[in-house]
Amino acid sequence: MMDEAKRDRGLLRIDTDECKGCGLCVEACPPKVIRLSDRLNHSGYRTAIYAGKGCSGCGICFMACPEPGAITVMRLTNRKSDVSTGLEGATQCAGN
Amino acid sequence: MSSEMVSEYTVVHEKAKSFYESYDRKEELPHQTHFCPGCGHGIVHKMLAQAIDELGIQDKTILVGPIGCSVFTYYYFDVGNVSAAHGRAPAVATAMKRSRPESIVIGYQGDGDLSAIGSAEILHAANRGEHITVIFVNNGIYSMTGGQAAPTTLLGQKSTTTPGGRSAATEGYPLHVSELLATLQAPVYIERVGLGDNKQIAQAKRAIKRAVENQVRGLGFSLVEVLSPCPTIWKMPPVEAQHWVNDVMEKTFPLAVLCDRTKEAVPRPLAAAGPALEDIPHLLGVHEEGLPEGNSAAIKRPAEDLDLRVRVAGFGGQGVLLLGEVLAEAGLDAGLEVSWLPSYGPEIRSGTSNCHVRLAGRPIDSPLVVEPNVLLAMNEPSLRKFYASVHPDGWILYNGETIPEECNRKDVHVLACQFSQVADELGDPRVANMVMLGALLEIAAVLPEASIDAALLRLVKNQRWVQLDERALARGRELYKEAEVSHACRG
Amino acid sequence: MRRQLMKGNEAIVKSAILAGCRAFYGYPITPASEITESAAECMPKTGGVFLQAESEVAAINMLYGAASAGVRAMTASSGPGISLMQEGMSYLAGAQLPCVIADITRGGPGLGNIAAEQGDYHQVVKGGGHGNYRTLVLAPDSVQEMADLTALAFELADRYRNPVVVLADGFIGQMMEPVEFPQKATEPRQPDWAVLGTAETRGNLVTSLHLDLNESESHNLALEAKYRLAEQLETRAEEWQTEGAEIVLVGYGIIGRILKAVTAEARAMGLNVGLLRPITLYPFPTAHLQCLTNTARVFVVVEMSNGQMLEDVRLALNGSIPVEFFSRVGGIVPSTEEILNFVRIQAQRYLPAVVPEEERMVNV
Repeated sequence: MMDEAKRDRGLLRIDTDECKGCGLCVEACPPKVIRLSDRLNHSGYRTAIYAGKGCSGCGICFMACPEPGAITVMRLTNRKSDVSTGLEGATQCAGN
Repeated sequence: MSSEMVSEYTVVHEKAKSFYESYDRKEELPHQTHFCPGCGHGIVHKMLAQAIDELGIQDKTILVGPIGCSVFTYYYFDVGNVSAAHGRAPAVATAMKRSRPESIVIGYQGDGDLSAIGSAEILHAANRGEHITVIFVNNGIYSMTGGQAAPTTLLGQKSTTTPGGRSAATEGYPLHVSELLATLQAPVYIERVGLGDNKQIAQAKRAIKRAVENQVRGLGFSLVEVLSPCPTIWKMPPVEAQHWVNDVMEKTFPLAVLCDRTKEAVPRPLAAAGPALEDIPHLLGVHEEGLPEGNSAAIKRPAEDLDLRVRVAGFGGQGVLLLGEVLAEAGLDAGLEVSWLPSYGPEIRSGTSNCHVRLAGRPIDSPLVVEPNVLLAMNEPSLRKFYASVHPDGWILYNGETIPEECNRKDVHVLACQFSQVADELGDPRVANMVMLGALLEIAAVLPEASIDAALLRLVKNQRWVQLDERALARGRELYKEAEVSHACRG
Repeated sequence: MRRQLMKGNEAIVKSAILAGCRAFYGYPITPASEITESAAECMPKTGGVFLQAESEVAAINMLYGAASAGVRAMTASSGPGISLMQEGMSYLAGAQLPCVIADITRGGPGLGNIAAEQGDYHQVVKGGGHGNYRTLVLAPDSVQEMADLTALAFELADRYRNPVVVLADGFIGQMMEPVEFPQKATEPRQPDWAVLGTAETRGNLVTSLHLDLNESESHNLALEAKYRLAEQLETRAEEWQTEGAEIVLVGYGIIGRILKAVTAEARAMGLNVGLLRPITLYPFPTAHLQCLTNTARVFVVVEMSNGQMLEDVRLALNGSIPVEFFSRVGGIVPSTEEILNFVRIQAQRYLPAVVPEEERMVNV
């Protein structure tokens, strides 16, 4: 339970093949957890990389990024366990 | 049954479904757009794709792409795609939406495309209130062609065609297209947004979705202008370019909702289906029911020999064209080949009017009557213009007491009479044309009266006029019989 | 079939709708305006779209949109308006979109006048727009052909996925003649390449852009192959008393009608004259002309232009037979009499019965 509490609200996935290193996401990110890499990607760009922690999952970097799929933003959500979900699904089916 | 809460990461922002997975239409690097790093087009593309996703209209959307940096919209958007000529996206979109009203038609244009070469198309599409959505990306410059000035280039801004900076004295002021369009009555929604900072970007996304949603709701013309960075041509790093939108561009092009009539706009219902296929000939008036049978048996002399070449000439308003039309229509009714050719255009507007009519028993070669065998001259100028062209042994019917001496020919027959006065006595000087036609019919003696009656009924809709015309025709016939006809050539 | 008296400009519209045309975009210009007016009346009541565009430029691009949406679409204009449409016609041909454009010609160049002229031949037949493309061109000579060739134009436009022009002059547009129409309307079709805004057509793309040079060459060659096919299959011409003709008159549109009168009068004078009237101006009826070289001593081309079709006749005959040219320009219609005089002069030059052989050779 302690581990769960420490987890960041958001998580970033950056496709370094698609990224062109414009840096707009770095500028846009409110908690400033994105920076440009020191290494160049195959296109010769210094790409955006996630610092690894501190993402709030706000999604602002996503909209600031000009590439359709370079950034994917995830957010931590709570849900009930698998057993329960399965039952809910069955109920819905029956209801239909 | 016990349930346990678990926490896990789920995707909240990812590539829109209405983008292709990879851009196979692109030659190289099919996972990347062709846009330069930091280009605003990519951001606007994402906002539009998200709007399409969120509104669930991917299968209904037609995207009309422009010419300019965003020419490749069809590389990216997995929707129906059409690429338009420079500036013409609103015209293309207009026609697509009108023919496919159930689809969602979105035009995407840059500022060179929309505000310069396409200024007429966008103005008129907006003014007609076309039910389309226009995304207008304004970066103040022609980027794809290498940085020439656009109507939207800022004062003082350097470009390859304003190397000293844009000057109001020579290039005029930046064109505020959105403000201009907002003065029109038809558009339902026009907003200018920017990509200058996070807040602007969020608003831009909302505006684009709204502009598309308006169309989904059937409300009418919507346009969103997006102030957008062009780091490459502006020669700025992407972040600096973004700030420039905010700090500089926005001063000239203030962000605002310039028109919003979405509340009062009434959704347009889809047009009813067209008529049944079998009804179309009737609707066009080409169904053969009611058309003349063309029975030439009623003609009084062998039709093969018949070759009536008539020139009718007079002032506009004297019924010259109608006279010819009645004659041709009657000829057709009687089963003859006919043609009717009017003088047209400024000739009509300048006051004179004439037409060529041919009735023949064989197919008519030239419909032009250069050498008429009957000239109907409804006034003196017409007589003077055409009397010399009449075929020897032909006829001149002249609306005047006597033929002027210099127009007198010894080799033609003449019936000169004040037809207009006769018409006046019948009740309306405007039927002089029919009095003359009556005389002509008596002279030519080829058309059965039933054909004349049928022609009048088809051409003259008002019953009172039909009766008057019939009286005029009868009077014309009598006039010929009564008149002292000049038989010059019969000696 | 019963016939009715109708203007050529009106017959075009009715025939188009019967052929399944359901969109008309136009802009007024004399002497083509009646087409737009007639479409304004007929299109809405038959379930079609009519719109008066803000310019000919907009009109042709609206045609591009309608054609992209899979609709049989049409516009009409005259000389100056057609000039403005040329860019759009290049795009339509490049994007392989079918549509029909009526050009009811007037006098030029520039504002010229509104009399009938045939000075649009080059811009329509040779393609006034940019790039390697052609438009198929049909030239009616009567109101009946205005109707028939308009219907054919839609068929050809679909068959070749290319714009087709009905090129008529002000006379053919303005005159009334008896005309008969098919009594059954054609069902509007829905081609599978069109962009309809549906799930099935989502992947469809209409564009004339081919950045890859190899792909662009293939595209150009594919267009070229279509045009070669049309040249093999679609040429049409009317031959009038050409059997054994020594003097072959060549003229299209209203000139074809006048040349029929000339032919009759020349034959009455004992001259062995026939008429070849091209109905398709592109593809040009080259083979029809070549077939007449067995008996022909001279071809006489008559045009109301400075000799635009003349070039195609000369290309077709490739120097095998002399070609003489008579024309009136500026909107003046040549009279039967003056053409006949010209034909008589050519008879004296070229026919051995009239002129001794050795002298004839010198003249040639």
